[in-house]
Amino acid sequence: MSFFGLDCVRKKERELERKIRANDREYNLSFKYATNAIKTSKYNFFTFLPLNLFEQFQRIANAYFLFLLVLQVIPQISSLSWFTTVVPLILVLTVTAAKDATDDINRHRSDNRVNNRKVQVLIDRKLRSEKWMNVQVGDIIKLENNQFVTADLLLLSSSEPLNLVYIETAELDGETNLKVRQALPVTGDLGDDIEKLADFNGEVRCEPPNNRLDRFTGVLSFAGQKYSLDNEKILLRGCTLRNTEWCFGLVLFGGPETKLMQNCGKSTFKRTSIDRLMNILVLFIFGFLAFMCSVLAIGNYIWERNEGSQFTVFLPRLEDDPAFSSFLTFWSYVIILNTVVPISLYVSVEIIRLGNSFYIDWDRKMYYARNDTPAEARTTTLNEELGQIKYVFSDKTGTLTQNIMIFNKCTINGKCYGDVYDYTGQRLEMNEYTDTVDFSFNPLADSRFVFHDHSLVEAVKLENTEVHAFFRLLALCHTVMAEEKKEGELFYQAQSPDEGALVTAARNFGFVFRSRTPDSISIVEMGKQCNYELLAILDFNNVRKRMSVIVRSPEGKLSLYCKGADTIIYERLHQSCSKLMDVTTEHLNEFAGDGLRTLALAYKDLDEEYFNQWIQRHHEANTALEDREGKLDQLYEEIEKDLLLLGATAIEDKLQDGVPQTIEQLSKADIKIWVLTGDKQETAENIGYSCNLLREEMNDVFIISGNSLEDVQQELRNARTSMKPDAAENSEFLPEMDKGVKVVTDEVVNGEYGLVINGHSLAYALEHSLELEFLRTACMCKAVICCRVTPLQKAQVVELVKKYKKAVTLAIGDGANDVSMIKAAHIGVGISGQEGMQAVLSSDYSFAQFRFLQRLLLVHGRWSYLRMCKFLRYFFYKNFTFTFVHFWFAFFCGFSAQTVYDEWFITLYNLMYTALPVLGMSLFDQDVNDVWSFQHPQLYVPGQLNLYFSKKSFFKCALHSCYSSLVLFFIPYAAMYDTVRDDGKDIADYQSFALLTQTCLLFAVSIQLGFEMSYWTAVNTFFVLGSLAMYFAVTFTMYSNGMFTILPSAFPFIGTARNSLNQPNVWLTIFLTSILCVLPVITNRFLMIQLCPTINDKVMFKVRQAKATPAPPTRRARIRRTSSRRSGYAFSHAQGYGDLVTSGRFLRRPALTRSSGFTHAGRTTTSFSPMGRSAGYSPTGRPQNNKVPDVEVTSLQMYRTITDSAP
Amino acid sequence: MVKQESESTNRPDNTAFTQQRLPAWQPILSAGIVIPGFVLIGLAFIGIGVALLVTSRSIQVLELDYTGDSNGSPCSSCSQSVIANCKCSLNFTLTTLFQGPVFFYYGLSNYFQNYRRYGASKDDNQLYGDLSYFTSPSSSCSPYDYDSSKKPIVPCGSIANSMFNDTFTLTWTVNGTTNNVPLDGKGIAWWTDYNIKYRNPSVTPLKNAFNGTVKPINWAKPAYELDASDPSNNGFVNQDFLVWMRRAALPNFRKLYRRIDASGDYQKGLPAGNYTIDITYNYPVRAFNGAKKIVFSNVSWMGGSNEFLGIAYLVIGSLCVVMSVVMLIVYAKFKFPDEE
Repeated sequence: MSFFGLDCVRKKERELERKIRANDREYNLSFKYATNAIKTSKYNFFTFLPLNLFEQFQRIANAYFLFLLVLQVIPQISSLSWFTTVVPLILVLTVTAAKDATDDINRHRSDNRVNNRKVQVLIDRKLRSEKWMNVQVGDIIKLENNQFVTADLLLLSSSEPLNLVYIETAELDGETNLKVRQALPVTGDLGDDIEKLADFNGEVRCEPPNNRLDRFTGVLSFAGQKYSLDNEKILLRGCTLRNTEWCFGLVLFGGPETKLMQNCGKSTFKRTSIDRLMNILVLFIFGFLAFMCSVLAIGNYIWERNEGSQFTVFLPRLEDDPAFSSFLTFWSYVIILNTVVPISLYVSVEIIRLGNSFYIDWDRKMYYARNDTPAEARTTTLNEELGQIKYVFSDKTGTLTQNIMIFNKCTINGKCYGDVYDYTGQRLEMNEYTDTVDFSFNPLADSRFVFHDHSLVEAVKLENTEVHAFFRLLALCHTVMAEEKKEGELFYQAQSPDEGALVTAARNFGFVFRSRTPDSISIVEMGKQCNYELLAILDFNNVRKRMSVIVRSPEGKLSLYCKGADTIIYERLHQSCSKLMDVTTEHLNEFAGDGLRTLALAYKDLDEEYFNQWIQRHHEANTALEDREGKLDQLYEEIEKDLLLLGATAIEDKLQDGVPQTIEQLSKADIKIWVLTGDKQETAENIGYSCNLLREEMNDVFIISGNSLEDVQQELRNARTSMKPDAAENSEFLPEMDKGVKVVTDEVVNGEYGLVINGHSLAYALEHSLELEFLRTACMCKAVICCRVTPLQKAQVVELVKKYKKAVTLAIGDGANDVSMIKAAHIGVGISGQEGMQAVLSSDYSFAQFRFLQRLLLVHGRWSYLRMCKFLRYFFYKNFTFTFVHFWFAFFCGFSAQTVYDEWFITLYNLMYTALPVLGMSLFDQDVNDVWSFQHPQLYVPGQLNLYFSKKSFFKCALHSCYSSLVLFFIPYAAMYDTVRDDGKDIADYQSFALLTQTCLLFAVSIQLGFEMSYWTAVNTFFVLGSLAMYFAVTFTMYSNGMFTILPSAFPFIGTARNSLNQPNVWLTIFLTSILCVLPVITNRFLMIQLCPTINDKVMFKVRQAKATPAPPTRRARIRRTSSRRSGYAFSHAQGYGDLVTSGRFLRRPALTRSSGFTHAGRTTTSFSPMGRSAGYSPTGRPQNNKVPDVEVTSLQMYRTITDSAP
Repeated sequence: MVKQESESTNRPDNTAFTQQRLPAWQPILSAGIVIPGFVLIGLAFIGIGVALLVTSRSIQVLELDYTGDSNGSPCSSCSQSVIANCKCSLNFTLTTLFQGPVFFYYGLSNYFQNYRRYGASKDDNQLYGDLSYFTSPSSSCSPYDYDSSKKPIVPCGSIANSMFNDTFTLTWTVNGTTNNVPLDGKGIAWWTDYNIKYRNPSVTPLKNAFNGTVKPINWAKPAYELDASDPSNNGFVNQDFLVWMRRAALPNFRKLYRRIDASGDYQKGLPAGNYTIDITYNYPVRAFNGAKKIVFSNVSWMGGSNEFLGIAYLVIGSLCVVMSVVMLIVYAKFKFPDEE
């Protein structure tokens, strides 16, 4: 995993073709190919400091502070000691450098770990253990089972028959099923004969390094022959060798040139909208700073002319020219007022985001106990954006659904099985307590298969022929591979979870698929071992939508078994079945209404003679050079007719827990959910209904399925007119212009609508001329489902919304096909633990279950946003207030850039005195707790509307600061004017005044913080009081005799604290300013709450009223729909293994004789655990779907329990 | 279940902190707190304001301008001339006792002691008695670090150079007899300034420490001869010097000159009668529209006279009470709108 997410070293020169000679290092070295050492680290010991500093000073804030530092060393300008800038700057640089250094050390470590892995390399005719980094292109290496593939290899030979090897490619493409690679026979003959291998001098010419994982072209020249090489013969770095004792490979690409490393391009840097706003504000602040400095410079010019010039007796003058003086003053004030652009802002923002990310990692309510997966914030810089999501783009399979297929119902010969009825004939709702069928009669049954209807098992036991044929078909007609580690413990590896579910169902009902060879299938039929001769597999593909096998039974009977989409099968049925067809259709409709995926089964007995003739033609077609596919299809079509219908199966595509509730919650929070799926329209629509996205109550669900640009346009317009009759007919509506980018505004429609668009139409809808039309229509709908969408289109849809909607988008998905969308959206969320790692690796947040999304958004996101906004508002307030006091003072000190405060106070104000309290607020604050956040999803809306922090609220902050600074300057000014201490001595001196103002300021901002904070924990209290205490401690220390005696010039404020803080009028002044600063705030806030309360105020008021823990929200029970919506059967999207199975390349695997070191840890306890889209079985053997009761109390479950106990 | 637990290695800790369930106090601005709070604060403020105002009013202050701007004023001749130690005198009459202890201040206005470069123009190390800074004063003192002949100035810098150098004597005329009012110049500066911040080099006699240096340009006498009457009141720890060096925050300021020695007739303060202040007029302020004045004042627990605080407290206290009434009306009229 360490390879991913790291920066890759770019290749400098493009090579055009790669030439490699095996076992000839000298020749290969002449090309200077990269060795297998990888380097993902950025720095080394010597380059760290200069490089890192260079990078850091590219940031505008740091560069600005460097510039200030330069200004400060010019004595004529310097209005502040250098340390006021240097201390914060060094602190910021150090913290960042430390973070970069640890990151880089980790990279070094992982590089070293990877580079120092050992592998056996053939050197000087001997196998030697070498470090990975010393492997060269052209070396022959030996890999053993479960080893990582060292580099991109050309597979030469393997321990397995037919030179096959099995690899797991999870790290590359996220798919967890095993893949097969096969070596060329000519190299396969080398075997593990070291002498032969050492003599191997084949020469490879191949493509230069690139990042295409699925393609490879090259030519191997060996012994005067040329052999073409393709992807099937290549082992890529990042894969793991499985189920293969050993293999030999020739290194083609090493280290940085491997496809894996070429693929991990720099991930795009995402910024939040607050970041962007902050950048604008910083620019604005710069402008404002320049304005203030100009005002003061002009003031200085006037003052110098009118007053200063006459004052020369006492004041030192460097120059007589007031213009020059005002120029210098300008820069001096740039230094003094620099605190309006606070450097610590950026550091604090990072800390807050980091803290809030940790909360996500730590949240037990987002921890999924079944596969021990906690939520993970992989990006720590986007948290507050989670509180502003307006559009959620979700994948379907594995995200909304579990991608677990469950054999739920079937209809056999016109009789429907699967439902449970009570004695009155009423259909019972299924739950955990419904008693299940006992499969103990079958020792080979899968213990986790659950079925409720006893009548089916009775039918099997009664030897009903149709039922037997039904299950025999399921046991024979598939491309599943079986593995039997121990006698009786079967493990299936299926191309699609549907298949796995069907074969497992057959297994439990007594038709156990045991093993297969290229030409036979052995099954156990009701305890009796039977061997079927496998004569042909008519494999599945997307056009055929069916698959058939032709087998010869032990009795010698020839049969064709076929399963496929109902519509397809129906076309090929014998007319004698028409009555059965009607009944079955009825059942199919019923299944579809329940959202089940259906599959029709049929068979036919074949005539020996006809078959022999057919198989002859089949063989011919199979070896034909031209149009092989077409000819085969024709043959298949010919034999698959006049079938006899057996029945149909219904498979439930199980939704993840809590999906409908989550979607309901999110839509209450005004988040729009778009489902983008590769599935068929019917399937997608069905899932849309079952997860509450589409509802029967909706006014209309529009289906866009046009096949031309005009059709699509017309359909979109029709949809829009029916939603909003007065909407502009033509497409020349006027989108708002915002900085040259069109922004499509939300349009209000009456009623709720849904939109379903298929991939074909989507391609048109995404064209430039139609995209606005599409977006406008789609945005008027409550729910949008796009089906048959390619990964690229997913990204395009996200980009479209990002482009024209000023809204924050989130994409959630689990598979490699969601990566593009996850990367395109503002925030990408990966569902972990379902299907490989690819989506998770490119995501910003990851967790195990879709339902955690509501917690991520409604709780963590909302809080993060709230905290960040509060932080920013307060931070700007405190810094502006601090700075503006200087501005007012300028009018009383001859615009001389005299600071109001002690320089140490200026240095430490942001770093020490006010840092922790505001951090405390930004890490702990919450308006209402998580339960209430769930109960009032509307609380999320202000985030979408950017209400908490915007330019407007920034100006409010600035105005508030302006007021506070006026109070903070003029109250002490007036209070100290011409007054003295109670012993007649001086107190209106500059130092006492500085101390007084800074103490007033600190009190005022601390109290203001107290009013901002709505959640006072002990930590907050400690931080606030501690910071004040710290201020006094530090002040008294700095102003103490000891410090002064050590460094007289650095601590000139000696004694000020003692001499003025013992005066009652000083404290009365502090008290007055503090109260005066917050009184208007409280008044305003109180009146606002009374006159126009926000949603937050209302909920907080309700919480206050409820006092005790609130009554949990009542959860709506899942309504069983009784619609007649027909679901289609979504077979696997990829071509099956059929080709491999029939071609005889398939490995004949003895059941129990494996002696490799690879033991499947979890397999002994689990036999059927589908987890991948294309793999029903997890090679890691982790149980995925075993029900463990009371594993975790999820939030939803918790509500449910409480509801039950409540009256 | 035990097995399950052991497998859950990644399960986050269940602590109040990690689960964000820290116990907390969640105050909200409810009418029950805000309105009574305002009333209470208002009343407290009014109380404090009254006390402050009464105290401030009880303080006696006597201000006498002696800049000599107008022709009729006693010091107008001195203000026009440039003669050193020009003498003039001011008369004033007290009809009642000026309650003691009485402090004698001089005040300057439109004088920018808070000008940045003026304030920076001193050398703390030198004033701390560090001899190495005598010979090479800090560059911050520029242009008053070296004189025209490149000799170091001690004490350097413009604050020291611009030290106030008018002197005053006060006489009391009662029943035809003229008494010199005893003025006490001891301990008029901060204790910390006198004992820690400023120090003479430990060289005896003090004069030797100043060898090779020159006195500030504007000064009549070198630092070690500031007070002929009291040898311990010389050098950097001269009380007048210390008072001057504590620069003022605002362009109008007053500085303590002397205390009326509370002894004999003056035990209770300045008795009624006619007084004369004899001024040695040296300090030029008219060039920059400055003004000089003499202030007699006594003090209270809250320091010198300042009515601002009292008035401010009164005004804000009343505002609070008014606001609380407004809030009450708003609250009673609109209340908290019921949800949905």
